[in-house]
Amino acid sequence: MLPSENLPLEMMVKPKNKRLSLLVVVSIILVAAVGLMLVAFEDNLIFFNTPTDIVEKEIEADRRFRLGGLVEEESVRRDDDGLTTRFRVTDLTHTVEVSFRGILPDLFREGQGVVAEGKLNAAGVFIASEVLAKHDENYIPENVAEALKKSGQWRGAGE
Amino acid sequence: MSLHKFANPARFVRLSSPLLPWLWISTALLLGVGLVLALFVAPADYQQGESVRIMYVHVPAAWMSMFVYSVMAVASAVALVWRHPLADLTAKASAPIGAAFTVLALATGSLWGQPMWGTWWVWDARLTSVLVLLFLYLGYMALWQAFDDPQKAGRATAVLTLVGAINVPIIKFSVDWWNTLHQPATVSSLSGPSLPASMLIPLLLMAVGFMTFFSALLIIRIQREIIARKIRTLQMLQANPEAAAVTAASAEPS
Repeated sequence: MLPSENLPLEMMVKPKNKRLSLLVVVSIILVAAVGLMLVAFEDNLIFFNTPTDIVEKEIEADRRFRLGGLVEEESVRRDDDGLTTRFRVTDLTHTVEVSFRGILPDLFREGQGVVAEGKLNAAGVFIASEVLAKHDENYIPENVAEALKKSGQWRGAGE
Repeated sequence: MSLHKFANPARFVRLSSPLLPWLWISTALLLGVGLVLALFVAPADYQQGESVRIMYVHVPAAWMSMFVYSVMAVASAVALVWRHPLADLTAKASAPIGAAFTVLALATGSLWGQPMWGTWWVWDARLTSVLVLLFLYLGYMALWQAFDDPQKAGRATAVLTLVGAINVPIIKFSVDWWNTLHQPATVSSLSGPSLPASMLIPLLLMAVGFMTFFSALLIIRIQREIIARKIRTLQMLQANPEAAAVTAASAEPS
């Protein structure tokens, strides 16, 4: 404790300081507890697995999960039935073949981030029942993007 | 202590009332100009097209949902430790406003998610933690109703608010700590805002407009609360003069 004569009258009132230290101690314990919980449940808090996760976690066939990554350039093919789309999802380290029968979101395109829900089949192809498009945190005016593409300076996704 | 001067409810009413007209005028100007710029002047996005305009309501509403909760958390800590009579009132008056901002953020987010992501709702870390925030606001308001004694209610709800405050950094950093469908921060990212001035300016105007709107509503709600407590004290005084004198002395040290 500091010598009491240096403290203003207000600070010498004990209950206030007691409540303050109690609040600080309880807060630290609470933050630590929640922090540990979040670390322990990390596998349930992530929204999707990357192609690398599939290799590392050895996710077996027939288990439902979400796969997230970029649609590989020049990998999108449409089947003759007009409904099924095949493409590859990559995290630039590993790549997974995906097959999806249904309507794709407007933002779906090569180079775009996607999250697909479904399961791997025996051949290692991811059979998706739902495909969601992810978009990044960059906003660019339409005309600026067009001008950049025209002059060949475009580095973003979605040609 | 100088802080106690501002904790006096009567002085608060006297000092805050002249601010109100200015807050309303700036709210009208900021939101008016901000909306015109956002809806008609700002450019369409290269990927999202015109749907990007939802951002100008969604993002400020989401910021406010976290800011109002932070105000409540600070007020609750002050109420618990220093027992300032105004701190309780500030937290109580903030809760419904914060809940409304959270509902607005969730609703506009859902309307935005459907055309862009292809879904109204997903249980990713960002969306789920914001839903938890809404439940914290609703739980706070419900807990207030559960007590007859405003002092007991103030203390219980302050503890709830402080426990729930841990959710605010979780919301903020959820998009960095875990992979989510929601994209990471645009304006407050380390490399500076990754959107052009033509989009950033209307966004900031809307954000400041939401802020002055919140301040005006908060002042009115605190003033109403002060008057309601005075009426309550007077009624108790009429019914039971001795008990009322004790309550009044502990509720409003001046």
